[in-house]
Amino acid sequence: MKELKKKISLSIDGKKITARPGMRILSAALSRGIWIPNLCFIPEADLPFGGCRLCWVEVEGEREPVTACSRPVREGMVVRTRGPLAERLRKSAFELLLSRHHLDCRNCRKNKNCGLQEIARRCRYQLKPGRFTRENPGLPADDSHPDFVFNPNHCILCGKCVWVCQAKSAGILDFSRRGLECRVSTFAGEPLGESKCNGCLKCVDICPVGALFRK
Amino acid sequence: MKRNIAIRIQEAWEHLQNRVQGGEERKDIPEIRLGTATCGRASGALETLAAFREEISRNSLQVRLLEVGCVGHCYAEPIAVVANPGFPPILYGSVTPGVARRLVRDFLGAGDPCLEFALGAVEENEKIPSIFELPRFRMEKKIILEHAGWIDPARGEEYLLRGGYRGLFQALGMDPREVIRAVKAAGIRGLGGAGFPAGEKWETCRAFPGKPKYVVGNGDEGDPGAFMDRALLESDPFSVLEGMTIAGYAVGSRRGFLYVRAEYPLAVERARAAMESLRGLGLLGKDILNSGFDFEIELVRGAGAFVCGESTALQASIEGKRGMPRVRPPHSVERGLWGKPTLLNNLKTLAVAARVLDQGSPWFRSFGTPRSKGTVVFSLAGKIQNTGLIEVPMGTTLRELVFASGGGVPKKKTLKAIQIGGPSGGCLPASLADTPVDFDSLNAAGSIMGSGGMVILDEDDCVVRTARFFLDFTQKESCGKCTPCRIGTYQMLKILNNLVLGKGSDSELKLLEDLAFEVQEGSLCGLGQTAPNPVLSTLRYFRDEYEAHYREGRCPARACRDLIAYYILPEKCSRACEVCVGACPVEAIATGAKGIKVIDQNKCVKCGSCYGDCPPEFQAVIKVSPPAKLREYEAKSSFPRKLTNDDLRLTNENEKK
Ligand SMILES: Cc1cc2nc3c(=O)[nH]c(=O)nc-3n(C[C@H](O)[C@H](O)[C@H](O)COP(=O)(O)O)c2cc1C
Ligand code: FES
Repeated sequence: MKELKKKISLSIDGKKITARPGMRILSAALSRGIWIPNLCFIPEADLPFGGCRLCWVEVEGEREPVTACSRPVREGMVVRTRGPLAERLRKSAFELLLSRHHLDCRNCRKNKNCGLQEIARRCRYQLKPGRFTRENPGLPADDSHPDFVFNPNHCILCGKCVWVCQAKSAGILDFSRRGLECRVSTFAGEPLGESKCNGCLKCVDICPVGALFRK
Repeated sequence: MKRNIAIRIQEAWEHLQNRVQGGEERKDIPEIRLGTATCGRASGALETLAAFREEISRNSLQVRLLEVGCVGHCYAEPIAVVANPGFPPILYGSVTPGVARRLVRDFLGAGDPCLEFALGAVEENEKIPSIFELPRFRMEKKIILEHAGWIDPARGEEYLLRGGYRGLFQALGMDPREVIRAVKAAGIRGLGGAGFPAGEKWETCRAFPGKPKYVVGNGDEGDPGAFMDRALLESDPFSVLEGMTIAGYAVGSRRGFLYVRAEYPLAVERARAAMESLRGLGLLGKDILNSGFDFEIELVRGAGAFVCGESTALQASIEGKRGMPRVRPPHSVERGLWGKPTLLNNLKTLAVAARVLDQGSPWFRSFGTPRSKGTVVFSLAGKIQNTGLIEVPMGTTLRELVFASGGGVPKKKTLKAIQIGGPSGGCLPASLADTPVDFDSLNAAGSIMGSGGMVILDEDDCVVRTARFFLDFTQKESCGKCTPCRIGTYQMLKILNNLVLGKGSDSELKLLEDLAFEVQEGSLCGLGQTAPNPVLSTLRYFRDEYEAHYREGRCPARACRDLIAYYILPEKCSRACEVCVGACPVEAIATGAKGIKVIDQNKCVKCGSCYGDCPPEFQAVIKVSPPAKLREYEAKSSFPRKLTNDDLRLTNENEKK
């Protein structure tokens, strides 16, 4: 049991830090003030979601990059957040997200407070889909609820609202459909205003982009 | 104490054997075993069954008529084995209701074995050549499918009579750790696709603290073109159930889940019937063979999604949640179903374990290659003479599979490529036909073993279309959770959709390639990680065909509708024949000067009816790619025809490029 309590030391971008055993690279880094791009990470969640694919890092001795949110720390681990392969995969995921994001920052309620904007700023990416052409998913927004709106065209499917609704609230949100059609939805797509939503607005608070916002 | 248990198990086993042998059917009345698995039914086995019944009662014969599964020769379904006392049992193919009636009347009634319908005897004998002399049978080594097609899948007694459950009997007399050692020593690798060593998985699951533990049999089989697990469940569910029970004993679990694809209703029905039968024999449930070991199996019908074959998604689905893969670690053996240590294996892997416990690890190791032991089951489909299921030792070459056992490519066409492993696999060119089929050789060549679907492509198949077909499937079946798989595959698909229209550029091809790498490396689960394989492997071996599509507007296989035109060679046209005119659904073919048929390219919808229907003695209709090439043919021909606007547009477009 004593063994388990021992701290693990590792280095990220040359900075030495310690972490609890069982922690994953991203939690360890964030708790020491080292930022690694992420959109779907929830510190409290039991297991990482691992869907956004932005938190790529390279681990010395390994050929392929790993997602920092899912890889457990190891004693003596040497992590680089900016290796060329990690950067390539991160930028690719970022551009892909933007290729299906209704980019309308000026009219967006999360302008200046948006996860995508933050990543673009800190990673020096352009807020553009790069190699891809942008398509607006063109789905109808749900404004049936008195307190908030859900606009799926801004949604990046990070899953945070689904987690918070299921773990901390009424449990009415989940994913539905497959492939490109995948979306956050109530059961059978019932309008939010007619669902069992209790109006806690935790989903609105946790949404990193402008998909869920207060009226 | 231990010895007491061993004695009790021995007694229970002997008691069971006596009971089964005592109940054995009389050998002096004729017996017909008809394959009525899904493949048989698709060829009319149920009508054949009815014909057998009718004819037997019309002739007032005493005959035992049984429904069995699939022996793997789907091309020859419906298949029946007729055992008439005084003759060796004989296997008949393509048993239509008419043939069935004749077999009853002439063979059972009058002693004429109707050898014109026979594939061969199923036992070596003096009178009738045996099927084991056919090339396909000679190559096969049946370990997993040993009993498939021979036993009644609803009666455990038949499985026992053929040596079934000896594996579990052996295992129960051993320490669970010894059972795991045997699996490890045999070198069994998972047959669900990745080839993970089974013994290691069993060992970790056993060692991990936590109770209860679960065993899951993965029978989701969602790959298009694969039907091995379906055939196994429909023909011999017992091997799988025995393997699961052994696995349960080995890892310390009392509860198993058999996850079966929902689109397999017959497999579900037969697996359920088999479980009932086993319960009646005391081989499932409480205190199996008096050993004190309890094991229950519950059948769960799949959620109808390809991704639910992935182990973590499958488990979420059993728990009643949406089938979405999750990050690893923790692995299922540590934290699986309801957070408990769970052993998940493919159905074939479990069946193999049952055999290994019976026959021993050295026996199993005598088949296969140094790093891939045993056998592998493939479903052969596509441009191949003898479709069906085949089980061969690992290390058999693709050439042997396609030509010796599959009977080669039909219609004298040439083999172009072999797509292995379904949507997650790769496409290997004919020049690599000597590649041995084992986990490592296939990986090195850019494909994977996958779960065992094998689609044969001939010269008329376009690799770009093939890649597009599989990517379209994975794109739609992506669970949508992670970005590269959800959107990356879509962006790849857009490029492929353009290519088959003859659109694209060098830079788009590069983007396709780059993105394929990013999706492969960047996806969360195996679905996305393997989705680009069909594209990458075809690019690796057939890059010139990709380039021909956008650079020349030409489809080398002449399969992409937008890049071909149909043309009637005037010098070959019979003139008097009107078949093509009648075949054309849009009245695009008219009789021109001197009776020669001419296609109006403006009206033609490129359905290919004229191409297919032009009598073989003329073969006057050809496919031309790119369509602008029509001009060359017309210039050469002594029967000139005015160019249409469509030709002109296509030519202009091509010249602009
Ligand atoms: C998208 C996807 C689909 C899969 N489908 C199946 C399947 O239908 N059957 C299967 O046995 N394994 C399937 N697998 C592999 C399983 O995740 C798992 O590796 C396998 O069942 C383990 O069994 P084994 O060790 O006996 O091979 C699939 C994997 C992925 C990523
Ligand atoms: S934060 Fe790691 S994948 Fe989203």
